Parts: sequence; C-alpha cells; structure tokens
Amino acid sequence: MSQPRFMIFQLFMRSSRVQKKRAVLTIAAIAWGTLALLLLLAFGEGLGISLQDAWAGMGTDIAVIWPGETTKPWKGLPAGRPIRPRIDDIQTLRLRVPGLIGISGEITSWRTTLTYGEKTVTGRVKGVSTVWGQLRNQIPVSGGRFLNPLDDAQRRRVIFLGTAVAEDIFGSEDPVGKTLLVDQVPYTVIGVMIEKMQFGAYSGMDADHAIIPIRTFYAQYGRDRLGNIVLKTENPAQMKAKLAEVAAVLSSKYGFDPQDERVLGTWDTVESGTIQNNILLGIKIFLSVIGVLTLTVGGIGVANIMYAVVKERTREIGVKMALGARSHWITGPIVLEGLTYTLLGGVLGLVMATGLILLMSLLPTGDNMALKALGKPTLSPAIAATAAGVLGIIGLLAGYFPARRAASVDPAETLRYE
Amino acid sequence: MTAKNPSQPNGAVIHMDGIRKVYDTGKVKVEALRGVDLEVQDGEFVAIIGPSGSGKSTLMNLIGCLDTPTGGTYRLSGELVAGLRKEQLAAIRNRRVGFVFQNFNLLPQITSYENVEMPLLFGGISRRKRRQRVEELLDRVGLGERMHHKPTELSGGQMQRVAVARALAMNPDILLADEPTGNLDSSSGGDIMELFQELWEGGRTMLVITHDAALARRAPRQVEIRDGLVVRDNTNGSTDLMSDSIVDRPID
Ligand SMILES: Nc1ncnc2c1ncn2[C@@H]1O[C@H](COP(=O)(O)OP(=O)(O)O)[C@@H](O)[C@H]1O
Ligand SMILES: [Mg+2]
Repeated sequence: MSQPRFMIFQLFMRSSRVQKKRAVLTIAAIAWGTLALLLLLAFGEGLGISLQDAWAGMGTDIAVIWPGETTKPWKGLPAGRPIRPRIDDIQTLRLRVPGLIGISGEITSWRTTLTYGEKTVTGRVKGVSTVWGQLRNQIPVSGGRFLNPLDDAQRRRVIFLGTAVAEDIFGSEDPVGKTLLVDQVPYTVIGVMIEKMQFGAYSGMDADHAIIPIRTFYAQYGRDRLGNIVLKTENPAQMKAKLAEVAAVLSSKYGFDPQDERVLGTWDTVESGTIQNNILLGIKIFLSVIGVLTLTVGGIGVANIMYAVVKERTREIGVKMALGARSHWITGPIVLEGLTYTLLGGVLGLVMATGLILLMSLLPTGDNMALKALGKPTLSPAIAATAAGVLGIIGLLAGYFPARRAASVDPAETLRYE
Repeated sequence: MTAKNPSQPNGAVIHMDGIRKVYDTGKVKVEALRGVDLEVQDGEFVAIIGPSGSGKSTLMNLIGCLDTPTGGTYRLSGELVAGLRKEQLAAIRNRRVGFVFQNFNLLPQITSYENVEMPLLFGGISRRKRRQRVEELLDRVGLGERMHHKPTELSGGQMQRVAVARALAMNPDILLADEPTGNLDSSSGGDIMELFQELWEGGRTMLVITHDAALARRAPRQVEIRDGLVVRDNTNGSTDLMSDSIVDRPID
C-alpha cells in the first residue's frame, strides 16, 4: 500500500465539508478549555515562583538555632540551666563539624539608636560573621557590599542596612559611604540590601535590620553570648545529622543532654521547604485538574460532533466499506478530524492565553503584598508541553471512540434498499 | 484481466455450498437464505431473479463479501472466505468484486471523478495512475465531459454509469449489480444493459439481480430464488423455463 497517510488526509479533506457550525462551537469550547488550563497553570507557576522567592528570602536550606534552657538533669547538673554559647564557639564548631557551607553566630541589640545628622531612629542591630550574609541571602544593592572577613578581624565599624532602615534614615539619599551613629558610636555604611520577598523570619524582617561585624559588636557592647546560630550544610539531606553534631559539640562543652531538644531550639528550613514544595505541588495539581476538567468538557463536545458526523455519514461509511476501504481508512479521517478540531481550539486558546498573560504582566502590582505574592502568571515551556500533551490525548480520545463506532458500521445493513 | 486461479479444479469463480443467512434482529430471526448451492464459472453472465424479499440482495452481499454467511461454505476462486479476516475481506471487495446498486450509492458531496477515484485510493494506486484510470473509465461510460459534476447534477442514468465506472475502477473479475435499472427509465436502463453486455463480452463475470425481463434475457443463465432457496437454475439460455413475471416483455 503506497502513501496511506496521504490518503487519510485526502479523505479527511473531502469529508470535513459538513458540520461547520457545530465545529465552530466546539472549537470555541476547546479554546475556552485550553485558555482555562493555560491560565491556571500559568498562575500556579507564577505563584510558585513568587512563593519560592519569598521562602528563599530568608535563605535556602539553612537552619537557625536558638539556645534555651535544659529540661533534663545531666551528669549531676540540674534541669533549668540556661545554655548560652559564645562567639568563640563558632570557631570550634567550624573545626569540629565538617560538611558545612557556613556557620555564623548572631547577637542582637534590639533597641538601638541610629543617628544621621538630625535624624534619629530606633532599630535592630545584629552582630554576625561574614558568612552570615551568604546564608541569610543578604544581597547588596550595586555600589555597596556586605561585611568581609577583614571587617570582622579588624573590628571595623562598618554597617550594612536593610532597605526599610536605609530609607527611614537616609530617605532618597544614597547611604553608602555616609557615617551613621550607632548608640553614639560612628559607623560607615558599606551597603544596603536589595529589596526582596521574605516569608520566613525569626527576629523580624531583614528589611528592618542593620548588620555589623560580630567582633565589632562585642567591642562596642561587651556581649559575647550568641542569640542565634545560623548554619547551612553542603548537602541539605545531611541537615539533621549536622544539627546533631552541633548539639554534641556544644553539649560536651556546656554539659547538657544532647537529646534534650529544648536546649537548642532549631528551625530547619530544609524540612519546612519540603513541606512548602509539597503544598505548592498540591496547589498546582489542583489547578491542573480544574483546567483538564474544563478541557475535557470541550473534548466531550468534539466527541459528540464526531459521533454526529459518524451517524450522518453512516451510508458514506458503508459505501466506502463496500468499495474496499480498510478500517483505518474509515477511522483515520474521523480521528484526524477530531484531533484537528481539538488542536485548532488549542491553538486559539494558546493565542488568547498568551495575549491575556502579556496584558496582565503589564499591570503594575504596586506595593500590594497579595498581588506580589500571587506573582506574575508565567507560561513556561513545561506548561506549553503539558497543555499540548493534554490536548493531544483529549483530541485522540475524542476521535477514537466515534471512529470505533464508524468501524463497526455494518455495510450490508447500511446499504440495504427497500 | 480475468486471471484464473490454478488451484481451482473446475474453474468456478464462485462456489457456494449450503449457504444459509439468518438475520437476528433481537425479537425475530429472519432466515433469508436457507441452503443455497451456486456455482458460477469465470466469465459467466448470470441473472438472478425472484420476488421481492426472496433473498437476492442477501445472496449478492455474501458473494461480494460485504457480509458473512451464517452457515455453509463459500469459496471465491477456490479460497475459503470464512477464514478471512476483516481486512482481507476489504481487500477482496476492493480488488475482486465491483458493486452496482439500485440507488447508485454515489457520495453526494464529491464529484464523479472523485467517486470513481475512491476504490483506487483504497487500492493504494498512485495519483498519476488514478487520474489516468478515472479519465479512461468515465470516457468509457460516456461521461468524460461530466467528470467534475457532482452526482446531484446528473440524471439517474448518468449516475448509474458513474457507479458502473466506479465498480470497474480496480478492474475486478466480478461485477455484482443489484437491480441496476430499477430506478431508471427504460432508455437509461437500456444504456446500462448495453454497457453490461459489452463488459461481459470483454470477459468479465457478471451477476445481475433484476426484475427487468429484457435484461434477464440478455443473460445466458438465470437463477431464480424463492424464499431463500434456488428454485430454478437455467443454464441453457432458453427463456421458456423462467417464471412468468419476467418473460412477458420481449427485447428490442
Ligand atoms: N439486515 C437485515 N436485517 C433483518 N432482516 C433482513 C436484513 N436484510 C434482509 N432482511 C430480510 O431478509 C429477507 C431477504 O431480503 P433481501 O435479501 O433483501 O431480499 P430481496 O433482495 O430478494 O428483496 C427479507 O425478508 C428481508 O426483510
Ligand atoms: Mg433486494
């Protein structure tokens, strides 16, 4: 048999001259379904991107430890003792716990006066190690920088500002290079953090803090008890194990039961990240299901048209069978026609969705957090592929069942003439 | 053109033995054929006659492999049809037999050309050869000028000639016609008869169901069916043995 595919196409061209009005309606239904599917997926994607950004705002795959009190007696020591690691313990931990990208202590001065010229505000100042900037995603606006190791080693009086603090104090002025009084001691502003979305926080939003080297902090305030320890492992899957190692090191130094979970409170974002990803996946699946169902309604429309076409063409099918058409010459055009309606609708839906999404991306979100969190609907190649796949399957099914009916036409019965 | 099957001892192109056909419509069973024996040699011209409802069309559908018998054996050129798959039956309908129906059964949305081309499409014939063959056939039936007309723009006689051209498209050994002149006026019917005569003289095996005495008498052999049985099989061409209904009109 030569060129059967070509022949199927020819048969299709010949038989698709009828049913035009219904075809238009069905194509519209498919276009609508495709639009719904694409928009829902695009919103899911946009939401996902913005949520992930926001969750990553505090830092990705980090753990935050805050020391507390013992709740179990340990080697003759009573319960209820506060455990407060010191700045130097960080160096010990760095040496004793391998496999960390970084570990940093953190001490906070909660109500600190920050003065610039006539302007005085009260803010939160933290002393941290250099690596903290990397762990906690402190990216400087260009023209500035975060703390470097020399700042810490030489106890330099330099300060890195969150966006909101910088704006409070300096307004529209560029803060970098200006001198600022921190509790009456002069500091040079070395950088301002870029604006970022942040969902997770344990001591206020990063936009509201000011950061100085931890040794400088000690020099000024004389405090070396850490408020928090922040760390990140090379392998996120190792987080639990590494936290246990940290607990073991501190327990041998400070004398507490390493199993005593209240001593070192931990927030493991690797764990919560997994949960968040699952929630996001759930949302996306939910949206896809709604989209696919909408599209299925369109697919049923196509199938109905094709059933009507088969019914209308029963005699034609019988004649073709009498002339020796093999079953794929009967079913081929019907599957092809169903698929064509579906794909035409799909392309239409894709065009509309692209247009709408383009329009929406032009709308300003302003400062509305809800809108920001919803993110920009995004049409990714993966979404396009998903939609194309779903359309293809629905189109094939919408043609397959009517085609099966066509193939089961009894030519002798159909061509009977009374 | 009429290739004989060498595995065929007696050269019979159609060999039916005790053929039965029961239509099971759920409530009632209609026994349309009740044990038909029929043998047709290559190149014969057979008229099948009999009253309405006697089972003629059923027999023709079975011969053309458009339907399968409930019982009995049917050999087409020696090949047992019962063992064939759906697709093989389709191939037989495409290559071995050509159908002509009382109501023409042309597809109304497409032109004469495209109607005649259809079996060639199913037969996998190349576009160039199809064109050549369709033009040749439509010229042959005198409709070369009407090639690109749709059936609705043709007279009954013209439509039936297109249908004959279509039946001949794949150059089948056997032409099956079920009351081909039933819907035609006598002059158009005469044209068709003329055409059949020529086709037969060209060596084709012809089976024609007819009520038309004139056409029946053109055939050297008449087979009469009644109530699903062959009641008369007249091979000597004499008309005096035939049922009264078809002998009352002499030809020409
Ligand atoms: N598809 C069918 N279903 C049920 N009964 C049928 C069917 N086809 C034919 N019959 C019955 O079988 C008998 C023979 O029909 P048919 O072969 O068409 O006769 P003829 O062509 O001689 O008029 C009739 O009684 C007819 O009603
Ligand atoms: Mg009949």
